[in-house]
Amino acid sequence: MSAPLIPAPVILRAEHLARSVIDKTLIQDANFELRKGEVLAITGPSGSGKTSLLRLLNRLDEPTSGTVFVEGQDYRGIEPRELRRKLGLVTQRPYLFPGTVADNLRFGPAQRGVTLGPGAIEELLTQVGLKHYAGRDVANLSGGEAQRVSVARTLANSPLVVLLDEPTSALDEASKLEVESAIQKVVQSQGLTCVVVTHDVAQAARLAGRALVLESGRVVRDGPAEEVLRA
Amino acid sequence: MLRLWFHSPLQLGLAQALVAAIAALAVVVLARRRGVHLEVETLIAMARGLVQIVAVGSILVILLRAPRWTSGFLLAGMIVAAGATSARRAKGMPGAFRVSAWAIAFGAGSIIALMTSVGVIDTAITSLVPVGSMLIANAMNTNGLALNRFRSDVLAHAGEIETALALGADARHSVSPYVQAAFEASLIPAIDSMRSLGIVWIPGLMAGMLLSGARPVYAAIYQFVVLAMIFAASGLTSLVSTMLIRGRVFSDAEQLLLQPGR
Repeated sequence: MSAPLIPAPVILRAEHLARSVIDKTLIQDANFELRKGEVLAITGPSGSGKTSLLRLLNRLDEPTSGTVFVEGQDYRGIEPRELRRKLGLVTQRPYLFPGTVADNLRFGPAQRGVTLGPGAIEELLTQVGLKHYAGRDVANLSGGEAQRVSVARTLANSPLVVLLDEPTSALDEASKLEVESAIQKVVQSQGLTCVVVTHDVAQAARLAGRALVLESGRVVRDGPAEEVLRA
Repeated sequence: MLRLWFHSPLQLGLAQALVAAIAALAVVVLARRRGVHLEVETLIAMARGLVQIVAVGSILVILLRAPRWTSGFLLAGMIVAAGATSARRAKGMPGAFRVSAWAIAFGAGSIIALMTSVGVIDTAITSLVPVGSMLIANAMNTNGLALNRFRSDVLAHAGEIETALALGADARHSVSPYVQAAFEASLIPAIDSMRSLGIVWIPGLMAGMLLSGARPVYAAIYQFVVLAMIFAASGLTSLVSTMLIRGRVFSDAEQLLLQPGR
């Protein structure tokens, strides 16, 4: 008789999460959870609230009601800087800071007084396929390279969960494949827990095991990616 | 030419004001052709400025005969008005009036107090109020420039600021490049005024002193003194306002409140 499978622990749980601004409801009563090692795709039409939901998870915006639990703790009780380090966000545009690639990778750890050594920098860059890029000026990077640096910069903070907001939507087709393959490689090799926002259903199916579909700020489907995205 | 047509000082003054206003309005028309709409703001500012200065001129005789202690009230009133005026340059920024009023009160107020206490500014109301008002007015302009620049930079770089926050940066640290840029940009007029003093322009105060019979060298030195005080008051105001405002663009949970389109 085989031993019963123990489900991975829940790392993140959104409970009745909602956000409205003046006359517009962005997110309504979102409830879902994310287990360790799981990759969740949030998809839906343009304006359905995908980015708004991701911003709520990172607490860049404040929920009007509801909350998020991170490893069982209400995130309103976690110091914002520590919360954002735990839930690392990769934005749609990379927004690299002026300087070298290494300067960008050192930024996050430096905020909590940690100095990232050359070995750690090279390891992070290798993971995203940019092994010898540490000394390069970010002004000379292509769009795809900049986005991969952005992914490495978020990973430098050793987050519990990586939140990816349309990481390839601002890129051309070739760069899009480069970035997607880098993300896939990192996620698989490190067993990362991820939330990927994408309007591209095929990309959602390639990257995620589970998918959640939003429509007008409401979660209308949530389940295994194959089933949810086919519907 | 105007003196040929207008003999009474009041009529001459109004005619001169009209000609100067036409020149200012011509600039507004030129700006409009380039798609910059300043019509309403300029008309209101000009009408307001004229009414205010005429009103002040009319009561100046009474004010200048008032006891010395009234200077403090007059200058305090000016600081409040200056705070309200420059806060308009910080549309959408929470607490802009408070920040402006405190910054001007601290920046201009402390320089006025210091200079009066050591005798650089005479305590007579006829000296303290006009010189004090110059410091306050320049502090107001600098403050408006600083807040306006900071607001524009934060709106233009919301993505970079939120990226820094998302990487665990302290909210104040995430806007520090824009605080520095706003401070530097706000002081450009004051620095340029000092740099070009006597070469590009001879300020009104010096011209007035010369007309009233002061020695040219003393009038020139005192003008430098005034400009140095203006720089000190403006710099201090800008330093305080940019320090105070940077915390106001974030919520308690370190979320950027000033966002494009919000």
